[in-house]
Amino acid sequence: MSQLSVENLDVYYGAVHALKGVSVHAEAGEIVTLIGANGAGKTTLLRTISGLVPAKSGRVMFEGRDITRVPAHEIVALGLSQSPEGRMVFANLSVEDNLEMGAYIRKDKAGIREDRDAMYQLFPRLLERRKQLSGTLSGGEQQMLAIARALMSRPRVVLLDEPSLGIAPLLVRDIFKNIVEINRRGVTVLLVEQNAHMALSIARRGYVLETGKVVLEDEAAKLAANDEVRKAYLGG
Amino acid sequence: MKRFLAPAITLVALLALNQSLPRFLNPYYFQVLILVGINITLAVSLNLVNGFTGQFSIGHAGFMAAGAYGSAMFTMTFGQKIAAAMIAAHLPPVVAQGAMLLASLLLGGGLAAIFGYLVGLPSLRLRGDYLAIVTLGFGEIIRVIILNVDAVGGARGLPGIPQWANFFWVFLVAAIVIGLAVNLANSTHGRALFAIRDDEIAAEALGVDTTAYKVTAFVLGSFFAGVAGGLFAHYLSYLNPSTFTFLKSIEVIAMVVLGGMGSITGSVLAAIVLTLLPEALRAVKDYRMVLYALMLIILMITRPQGLMGTRELSWALFGGRRRGGSK
Repeated sequence: MSQLSVENLDVYYGAVHALKGVSVHAEAGEIVTLIGANGAGKTTLLRTISGLVPAKSGRVMFEGRDITRVPAHEIVALGLSQSPEGRMVFANLSVEDNLEMGAYIRKDKAGIREDRDAMYQLFPRLLERRKQLSGTLSGGEQQMLAIARALMSRPRVVLLDEPSLGIAPLLVRDIFKNIVEINRRGVTVLLVEQNAHMALSIARRGYVLETGKVVLEDEAAKLAANDEVRKAYLGG
Repeated sequence: MKRFLAPAITLVALLALNQSLPRFLNPYYFQVLILVGINITLAVSLNLVNGFTGQFSIGHAGFMAAGAYGSAMFTMTFGQKIAAAMIAAHLPPVVAQGAMLLASLLLGGGLAAIFGYLVGLPSLRLRGDYLAIVTLGFGEIIRVIILNVDAVGGARGLPGIPQWANFFWVFLVAAIVIGLAVNLANSTHGRALFAIRDDEIAAEALGVDTTAYKVTAFVLGSFFAGVAGGLFAHYLSYLNPSTFTFLKSIEVIAMVVLGGMGSITGSVLAAIVLTLLPEALRAVKDYRMVLYALMLIILMITRPQGLMGTRELSWALFGGRRRGGSK
């Protein structure tokens, strides 16, 4: 049984059919990536999994439990968290307070402090800026903070929405290195990316989404070698 | 012991000032001072909703009216009789009246809180402008109902409310609401409110029950607006529905915005300034409101983030500045 599986998911925004019978799954310990163009439904899929967008039909199973109708704030407590697209850090809170917010559902103070220090080790930039209001951080730093914040709830599965969006290439490489490290520590990663090249280089499997449907599904290496994928998403 | 020190000092200071102030200040200045206290309570309580949580409510006058009329009606039907009975049983009048005032304030506040819950639950799914319109409509509904119910005096107003509120009660409530807001701001719950203000979806995605928090903040804000209304009723001893038009709501919003959204010291400061300013401008007669409006405009242009921004004035801040002198 997969750790996370999405079965035949249909999602509408009003009259717009955003996801059309999408099925994806992630095994424990995997990095799985969803690639696709703007408007393919990648973000919608992540938001539906984490309960922010309601599903019309189909279901989301997490560790054997149906979480399709579970409210977003309860899903975090089950061990699944998300780093939302566009970073969405709490601009008027300090870096440290943002991390504390990530551990909002936890009560073990010592454990929270330990994890916070672990995040500072993983992202030393955040340590330098820990008292700074996060709205004043650079785009890359905000992205690091958003990822670190999502990890503060000690999730077993983390959903990352476009961690490379609007970030300098050098920093993107850093961030992806950290994603691999996070995965190595035992967190399953579901990664949504437009930067297909980077995403496929670290993922084990991948899905290609097009206008609300999964059109391709394969091992990452095979997808990266696929002619259609190369043409559409890898620039030749 | 240390945590009881500040409340104890506040209590003693309030009692001492309550005895001495009326002797120094003439009745006019004293009444302005009382209004300052009530406005501090109103501004800080609205800050919990508008500043902390980022919900734009413009129905504060409605909740204040609910509390004012609710507490006044209780006092006039039951409170006065019970107080008289207590005095007949040889209790000092201060104690009897104080107890009944407290009961009426809690009832008035409770009534406003119930209204806050009823309005908040369905409407807090709305954001920004939409919530503003709903709360505006609600505030007007309350006022129009009061205007048309003869039992509470209708348009004639409600006279004859015993003048039980004094400096002590008004500023005790203000101190309580300030203390509550400060403690809230430094707690996990406060951080959750700020998170909702900055990004509701991200907060929800981190496990914050945003609806519960928004409704709680709204109910808490309404409660204290109601208590402020009760104090207002029991100080002026006369209520009129025209006091609680949406202009009153706007006045409180002006205090919150001018003070700086989310800054408690800012709200307090702005409540003081905006209560004193129209009084100080009485000298220029006809031009009073023109100047008042002009000063608001100038303040907003020069300090759009409010007097205090999101910062707080505290001893720690002064201390921190001294230590961090060389950078």
